[in-house]
Amino acid sequence: MRRKSISYAKWGYIFVIPFFAVFIVFNLIPLISTFKNSFYENYLINGYQQVGPTWVGLSNYSELFSENVTLGKYFGNTFIIWLLGFIPQIFFSLLFASWFTDLRMKLKTGAYKIIFYLPNVIMAAAMGMLFFTLFSQSGPINSIYKSITGSTEPIYFFEGVWTQRGIIALINFLMWFGNTTIMLMAAINGIDPSLYESAQIDGANPTQTFWKITIPLIKPILLYVLITSLIGGLQMFDVPQIVANGGSAVDSTSMTVVVYLNKHLFSKNYGMAGALSVILFVVAAALSLLIFFLTTDRDKTKKKKKGGRK
Amino acid sequence: MAQLKKILAGTFAVVMTAAVFAGCGGSDSSSKGAAASGGSTDTSTADGGDNKGGSSAALKEKKADRITQTAEGSADSKKKLRICTWNEEFKNRLRAYYDQYDKEKSGMTGETDKDGNFIVGEKEYLKDGTEIEWLTTPNKDNAYQNKLDTDLAAQAGSDMKIDMFLIEADYALKYVNGPYVMPVKEVGLTDDDLKDQYQYTKDIVTDSNGDLEAVSWQATPGLFAYRRDIAKDVLGTDEPDKVQEAISDWTKFNEVAAKMKEKGYFMLSGYDDSYRTFSNNVSKAWVDSDYNVQIDDNIWKWVDQTKEYTDKGYNNKTGLWSEEWGKDQSKEGKVFGFFYSTWGINFTLAGNAKSNDLFYVCPGPQAYYWGGTWMCAADGTDNVETVKDIMKKLTCDAANMKKLTQETQDYTNNQTAMKELSNGFKSEFLGGQNHIAMFVDAAPKIDASNAGPYDQGCNEEFQTAFHDYFSGKVDKDTATANFYKAIKVKYPNLKTPS
Amino acid sequence: MAAPIDAVGAKSSSTNILIRRIISYTVLTIFAFLALFPFFLLIIQMTRSSVEINQGFKPIPGGSFWENFKTVMNNNNWRMLKALRNSLIVSGLTAFLSTYFSALTAYAIHVYDFKLRKFLFTFILMIMMVPAQVSALGFVRLVTDMGLTNSYIPLVIPSIAAPATFFFMKQYMESSLPLDIVEAARIDGSGEFRTFNSLILPILKPAIAVQAIFTFVSSWNNFFIPALILDDPDKKTLPIVIQIIRSQDLASLDLGAVYVAIGISIVPVAVVYLILSKFIIRGIALGAVKG
Repeated sequence: MRRKSISYAKWGYIFVIPFFAVFIVFNLIPLISTFKNSFYENYLINGYQQVGPTWVGLSNYSELFSENVTLGKYFGNTFIIWLLGFIPQIFFSLLFASWFTDLRMKLKTGAYKIIFYLPNVIMAAAMGMLFFTLFSQSGPINSIYKSITGSTEPIYFFEGVWTQRGIIALINFLMWFGNTTIMLMAAINGIDPSLYESAQIDGANPTQTFWKITIPLIKPILLYVLITSLIGGLQMFDVPQIVANGGSAVDSTSMTVVVYLNKHLFSKNYGMAGALSVILFVVAAALSLLIFFLTTDRDKTKKKKKGGRK
Repeated sequence: MAQLKKILAGTFAVVMTAAVFAGCGGSDSSSKGAAASGGSTDTSTADGGDNKGGSSAALKEKKADRITQTAEGSADSKKKLRICTWNEEFKNRLRAYYDQYDKEKSGMTGETDKDGNFIVGEKEYLKDGTEIEWLTTPNKDNAYQNKLDTDLAAQAGSDMKIDMFLIEADYALKYVNGPYVMPVKEVGLTDDDLKDQYQYTKDIVTDSNGDLEAVSWQATPGLFAYRRDIAKDVLGTDEPDKVQEAISDWTKFNEVAAKMKEKGYFMLSGYDDSYRTFSNNVSKAWVDSDYNVQIDDNIWKWVDQTKEYTDKGYNNKTGLWSEEWGKDQSKEGKVFGFFYSTWGINFTLAGNAKSNDLFYVCPGPQAYYWGGTWMCAADGTDNVETVKDIMKKLTCDAANMKKLTQETQDYTNNQTAMKELSNGFKSEFLGGQNHIAMFVDAAPKIDASNAGPYDQGCNEEFQTAFHDYFSGKVDKDTATANFYKAIKVKYPNLKTPS
Repeated sequence: MAAPIDAVGAKSSSTNILIRRIISYTVLTIFAFLALFPFFLLIIQMTRSSVEINQGFKPIPGGSFWENFKTVMNNNNWRMLKALRNSLIVSGLTAFLSTYFSALTAYAIHVYDFKLRKFLFTFILMIMMVPAQVSALGFVRLVTDMGLTNSYIPLVIPSIAAPATFFFMKQYMESSLPLDIVEAARIDGSGEFRTFNSLILPILKPAIAVQAIFTFVSSWNNFFIPALILDDPDKKTLPIVIQIIRSQDLASLDLGAVYVAIGISIVPVAVVYLILSKFIIRGIALGAVKG
């Protein structure tokens, strides 16, 4: 690299200052204080009797890993519900994005693109309410079910483990598949059209173009979708809170980690909430790093690009 | 992970012991003993008396010391009456029944919106020019209490004083024994002022020193509202006396339930319908003097009864307040009856029934109460005279309270006024039945001596945990364990059997 | 040999495309209905009274829309119009700050070669993985200590550091921003800051539009943090007000009003989305990405 390029380096620093200044004040400091809290016993009784803060070492953590708390189950619930929603989400989003951007199909797609994203503008809590009505004992789904099967007994959707999880996943899917579709479209549209043109000239069929050109080139965005969805999934709160009666319904099989965390926050139990936050942090970071390294290690083009950087 | 678990579990015993001690610091259990409830002749009081002392004694946390006010209310604060509440109920009562409320200046025409709330202007005033500022936070997810706790903790050092706040039965003791209330006597109400109020409405809000800390304008005895057409079909009569005879205790109630099933009806709508009749008649409180959570035999009776009803198809498996539950109260419903207290009958049931010929009420198998709202004077208030006047006019003034009951059908906390009113009262919704007379009989039987500061959370979590047992998802032991788990999260200081 | 294959290929691919088009339209239409279904439910519920709603769902509109609407608008505690205005301010500022500064930060990491570049990039990736709720506890305490409760500063300013938006911008630049453009601008004598504002931002338009929608919507629907910070009834945002309407005592809960309030909260977002969605498509069509 030439010496001359150093003169631009200072701009790099200047441009990142706002981001990091804000980050330190509003994210890092609160994060540290949350971590600190996890080592203290610190809660309120009756709204006025403060217990602690007393240093208790790892006792909050040991409580969370003890038999009294089924934390593993809550992580499992979260992951299962996320996966139930994510698999159809990524499948259909990829399918739709490739259709929308396929010039040969000449689809009139404007309305679809807009409609698909629309569920995302409804608050998650409101979606939860609407679907609760939809699947309730006397709701439209049960009316249809009864009229088709002639059964007098409704399906108790919110008393079944998988029906309840399925409804939460369905809401998540419906809210996010449009979002993912738009994101993948933006990525596919960023691909040089001449690549497709030459592929067409070479006689490649749409399936081949999709797997050989589209997928490799939108891999960064796919990775982004996967990570943000995973993080979003870990943060799942509003929908299970409403659909699963604060997470407690059906033997807590739809209790997610954050719903559980919020229970501690509501009890003003800062110690336990802090410890749970730290565990959540570690799990989130581990999962994301795993995905990140698994998918970027083989990416050799990166090094070439870096060479060209000034 | 397993390794980590082991290490953590090792330190657990040592550290937790310390934590438990820390958690219980300051818990000086000065037992007031089972409260002497005035007119109560109910058998459950006798049971409560037997349990005095020992580990099953009710938790009566010692009244906390009040906090010295370090800041004085500003001039602005003195001109504002600031009241914390969670809904519109008290606002409407104050607007209509406090004679010092300035309807003209507040823009109140007497018109109501479709929920029955008075339409008023952006700012509301009393006749002396004091502005009323409502600090409204919804009840859900404990939001009201969280906000109230924060605001009251800041009260002593703040120059904007809260003057009044409202509380409910299920957590009344939390504030009654807390440091933020000005005793009613200090506000200026005398025993003579309060003599006509029902004893149980005073028991709930009496602190560990024996001082009354709050007052209520309502009493909330419960009744059993039943469908007249179904009663005729199954019992051959819809006369309240005869129906009452058929269901006067739980054994008879269960027999009728079986008959209902035979004819294709449900006895009750859902799992929680009879909960309050059991839970507000317990012989020991949810939490004992050592902070142990205990489940009363009466609560277990509810569990067994509801399980039986669910398995035998005596109920419609709905949840309280759900759409199906509401539907069951209409003509299309097939449910025989509902347990409702004063506020529920003319408000919720009437709304859902949409007919004046559908329901009658009778006392049911057991006297109970459900709900109720009390007003507290916030310690540090800089409008104490106004607070006193409001309390007096709304909770002690017989004529005013009689008028309130006549106009709103809310049952008020004044024995004399209610007795007078019960002469020849006719309820339009209940087909001309005199249900006020029934309330007059039921109210003195209420025993609230086992109410405690943790009731709200315990009731909520217990009902939630046992829904899974009723629906067959888990066995009784798992449901019990789930209840204890949830309680530990809600109240970290309580001890649960492991 | 090449010629016949080409001819056959062209023929079969045209019937192929027709079949594929039919399948695509069918599947897309089914999903469009699915996506619109919640709106259908919502609109029906908006027109029914609370009692009707409590009697169970029927797919027939009721006649209570105006009653519900008036209840929502007239209630003094709720202040729906103010909440709309407040939400517009907060979400608009959030979307602007978040996309602008994320683009700026991503640009710095993408274009400049400085010592901490790699470290900072990894660092931002790390913090992207921190779920928001993790630091909520400390955040509220900090804001209280700074005396910023009931202020919009703690709701708007933190969006400058939006790791997820940053990461999207960075990824987008990697696939669509050739460094030669920057080089060319330097040769033309453009200052670094000016290059970013006048040359780079237009190239990033599609990415900015996408992220602006996402940020706007998530801020618009954000309940968790604002609920902990705002308690002045004149400052509350829409989700808080909806929660207030929704959290009334079950006995006095007006479900019709709740659904109308939700409906009111959706309209502005839908409008913003519709405006920006055209912009995205145009941005892409202009081929700005390719320069």
